[in-house]
Amino acid sequence: MYRHFTEIEPPSDDKRWRIVNATMRRHGYHPHALIETLHAVQQSFGYLDDEALHYVSNSLRVPLSQTYGVATFYHFFQLKPGGRHSCVVCLGTACYIKGSDQVLERVAEAYDVQPGQTTSDGEFSLLTARCIGSCGLAPAVVVDGDVIPKMTPENVIEQIRRITGNGS
Amino acid sequence: MVKTLRIDDQDVSAGTDDTILQVAQDNAIFIPTLCNLEGLKPVGACRLCLVEVEGYRGLAPACVTRVEEGMQIYTQSERLQTYRRMILEMLFVEGNHVCAVCVSNGTCELQALAQRLGMDHSHLEYRNPAKSVDVSHYRFGVDHNRCILCARCVRVCDEIEGAHTWDLLGRGIQSQVITDLNRPWGESKTCTSCGKCVQVCPTGALFKKSKAVAEMEKEHEFLPYLNTIREVRSNG
Amino acid sequence: MDHEEFLQIGEQERRRQAEYRHHIHVCMAAGCLSSQSDKIKTALETEVEAHGESGHCLVKGVGCMGLCGNGPLVAVPSEDVLYQGVTTEDAPDIVKNLGKGPIRHKHCPTDIPFFKSQHKIVLENCGRIDPERIEDYMAVGGYQAFMRVLTELMPIGVINEVTRSGLRGRGGAGYPTGLKLSTVARSEGTTKYVVCNGDEGDPGAFMDRSVMEGDPHRVIEGMAIAAYAVGAHHGYIYVRAEYPLAIERLNKAIRQAQKAGILGQNIFGTNFDFSLEIRLGAGAFVCGEETALLASIEGRRGSPRPRPPYPAAKGLWGCPTLINNVETFANVPAILRNGGDWFAKIGTKKSKGTKVFALSGKVKNIGLIEVPMGITLEEIIYDMGGGIPDGRRFKAVQTGGPSGGCIPADHLGTSVDYESLSELGSIMGSGGMIVMDDGSSMVEVARYFMEFCMSESCGKCVPCRVGTALMYDLLTKIAQGHANQSDLQQLETLCDMVRSTSLCGLGQSAPNPVMSTLRFFREEYLEKLADTELVKE
Ligand SMILES: Cc1cc2nc3c(=O)[nH]c(=O)nc-3n(C[C@H](O)[C@H](O)[C@H](O)COP(=O)(O)O)c2cc1C
Ligand code: SF4
Ligand code: FES
Ligand code: FES
Repeated sequence: MYRHFTEIEPPSDDKRWRIVNATMRRHGYHPHALIETLHAVQQSFGYLDDEALHYVSNSLRVPLSQTYGVATFYHFFQLKPGGRHSCVVCLGTACYIKGSDQVLERVAEAYDVQPGQTTSDGEFSLLTARCIGSCGLAPAVVVDGDVIPKMTPENVIEQIRRITGNGS
Repeated sequence: MVKTLRIDDQDVSAGTDDTILQVAQDNAIFIPTLCNLEGLKPVGACRLCLVEVEGYRGLAPACVTRVEEGMQIYTQSERLQTYRRMILEMLFVEGNHVCAVCVSNGTCELQALAQRLGMDHSHLEYRNPAKSVDVSHYRFGVDHNRCILCARCVRVCDEIEGAHTWDLLGRGIQSQVITDLNRPWGESKTCTSCGKCVQVCPTGALFKKSKAVAEMEKEHEFLPYLNTIREVRSNG
Repeated sequence: MDHEEFLQIGEQERRRQAEYRHHIHVCMAAGCLSSQSDKIKTALETEVEAHGESGHCLVKGVGCMGLCGNGPLVAVPSEDVLYQGVTTEDAPDIVKNLGKGPIRHKHCPTDIPFFKSQHKIVLENCGRIDPERIEDYMAVGGYQAFMRVLTELMPIGVINEVTRSGLRGRGGAGYPTGLKLSTVARSEGTTKYVVCNGDEGDPGAFMDRSVMEGDPHRVIEGMAIAAYAVGAHHGYIYVRAEYPLAIERLNKAIRQAQKAGILGQNIFGTNFDFSLEIRLGAGAFVCGEETALLASIEGRRGSPRPRPPYPAAKGLWGCPTLINNVETFANVPAILRNGGDWFAKIGTKKSKGTKVFALSGKVKNIGLIEVPMGITLEEIIYDMGGGIPDGRRFKAVQTGGPSGGCIPADHLGTSVDYESLSELGSIMGSGGMIVMDDGSSMVEVARYFMEFCMSESCGKCVPCRVGTALMYDLLTKIAQGHANQSDLQQLETLCDMVRSTSLCGLGQSAPNPVMSTLRFFREEYLEKLADTELVKE
């Protein structure tokens, strides 16, 4: 199998590239490491921008279009930065049966943002998930990483504000 | 190392590694295909070539199914005809195919198959998606309205030209062919402008600029494996 | 590490734990963790410390204890006491009452069918051991089956034992595991791989997650035994990135096993080598399909490819590959420890052993259960699940997620096994079981799953890519009351066509939720048609 060992200079001297490089090195800069590397970039930088995709493509010798194809095939990867705060509404079956679609609607309306989007001031991202494994707590939402159980359209906004500390 | 089998009650013999499609073609038995193109790795994606094989639980894609001794294959059942027409209908309603204004009017494989399989109108609802056209390349253009996502361009660019400029973006009904990091084709640094993708495209999605309606003839000598269109017609 | 040393570790750990008079188990699985069970554990530890009981009372974080809907759960196994809905404020009372009987208001009875009707094989350690300590796994006999296999059995012996057990794949399709093992073992090639499918894509299921989080070493042991049987020396566990805790615990477990010499070279002094790595999914349901999963491990888009060739012949990087579900692998150590015949005694004629289900939706007791195959849906929903809450009526139970179907009340007597469920147009699936009451619209449920399949379709083949979108459009039209007879007819035509012509299981089974609701709840569709009067006449 083809391997090459000359490292390419990262786009900047941002320390976070070291984590990305460590991932690629661990996999011998093999093209197979594409998804693992994209995970490392997203974990370090929060999202994948063109610069990062270029760098990863060149380092692993994966064609640009292939990298882009992979990055957009998997919904876990974000190509745009998220908001300062995030709310993930679970749309898994258990949560859906218990009305999470209405919870989602309420949040979208209150923050004037479509699912998958971030408010124009970059403050708040509204996301959806397919089962976060807390079906026992359905309907569940995740606000800034914390799961809040048994949401209703009536109390969800209050709960979000409690965590984001955002009066708006 | 010869295998004998039956296709539509006709006894045929085949090489060990042959696919059902190859054997059918050798014996002038017509099986419609779209994603398949000799010389490129088969992907079994369009599902037009599905056939019935006795003893099989489901239908088998002829382009990737290898023959077996004693196989009994049916290629023309009522059910298959219906499915094939539906697949074509799906392709028509998925994009925006307006043959009357297409560069490939008359040379399009999708159009030829629709005529041949008797698909004259669609029972399915048109989805009328908003799709774009990119004419930034100095010689070629891509019209996503006419793309059927067969991935021939992706494969020829990767497997034959070795450039891998093309790939697919997103997934499902949102998929689209892209060049490089989804940038305009004209800006591509990897594209060699060889034109292979344009030649293998079965529809008018990839086209040579400066061709007017129905002017886009494929240059069959250009690529030795580009024989599909001829086949659709000559077997007619 | 030799035999003696190995057994020593478990023995020492057992002795260490026996020294504690009291044991407190705190559920540290994702469900309870999300209601701050980690803080409860800290509070309990502080409390124990404050009472000067540190030497006598062991506070242990454990995996899922099952009744997730009533979490956070804390157990005092030495007194057979379970607490539900625990908060940090309860810590002093819990510690004070050790040895004096349970505190009333948080007490959760354990003699109810929810617990009593379970038969635990896969989950036998879940909620009992600390998933972050290999010693704890060894203390309950962990890795002994692997050791015995390596030192006493030929690979064919392992395959025979699994074949005799009648174990079938728990990932959905129910393919005989012994047969798959022997196919991979017989496939030609010097390099072979073992892959564990931990993608768990069914949006309403968390069985595999609980196993990976609550007893990760069990999965590793199952894979190692299977690797020996087929002659593989490297394996991958493919876990969805949405399960960070499972990933963390599996990583920890792999490192511990490496350190203990259970993974690596010359395992237990034999000449068998086996190493293991984790690969992360990235939010694509279709990657649960085996060929798509392999493409994903290879770093590519997760598009399935036509089979044959099956992964058993040509899998990862073209090499023969054994791919099984988490729960399937988790059954293997128990089968090798107790024998295939023991396993085959559990369950029905064609479906052996137990199945783990994630019971949720409109049912009183929500959580994880492991039941013997052949139990009826009624027993699960009414006896174990406690029936439907809020005085509402049962309407249907959904099994198999987006590839499954809805089963109505008159079929609740159905035995839970692969064949019976598929006769009803549903499937066993990986174990999601969602109960719906009379408030749920079946057209909406069908539309929900079709939306799922549409957005999860990889887009490679035409019938699935376009067909799911067209069916979704039609279902929306029906739900909104704009559709008529011919639309319904077209929906049914599309169901048949997409099922028969799609490339992979996703498309082939995408029509199932529609077909099963049409079969059992057709009137709900008809009521919504604009020209419905015509029908009634
Ligand atoms: C669309 C689709 C999704 C699947 N998702 C999963 C999954 O999440 N987990 C799983 O174990 N198997 C899943 N499968 C089944 C696998 O393809 C495969 O059959 C299974 O992993 C084999 O393991 P088993 O024999 O132990 O069941 C899925 C299949 C399809 C078609
Ligand atoms: S059935 Fe759907 S998911 Fe499977 S290959 Fe076809 S498009 Fe992809
Ligand atoms: S369905 Fe929402 S957590 Fe499982
Ligand atoms: S030609 Fe066989 S599937 Fe397209």
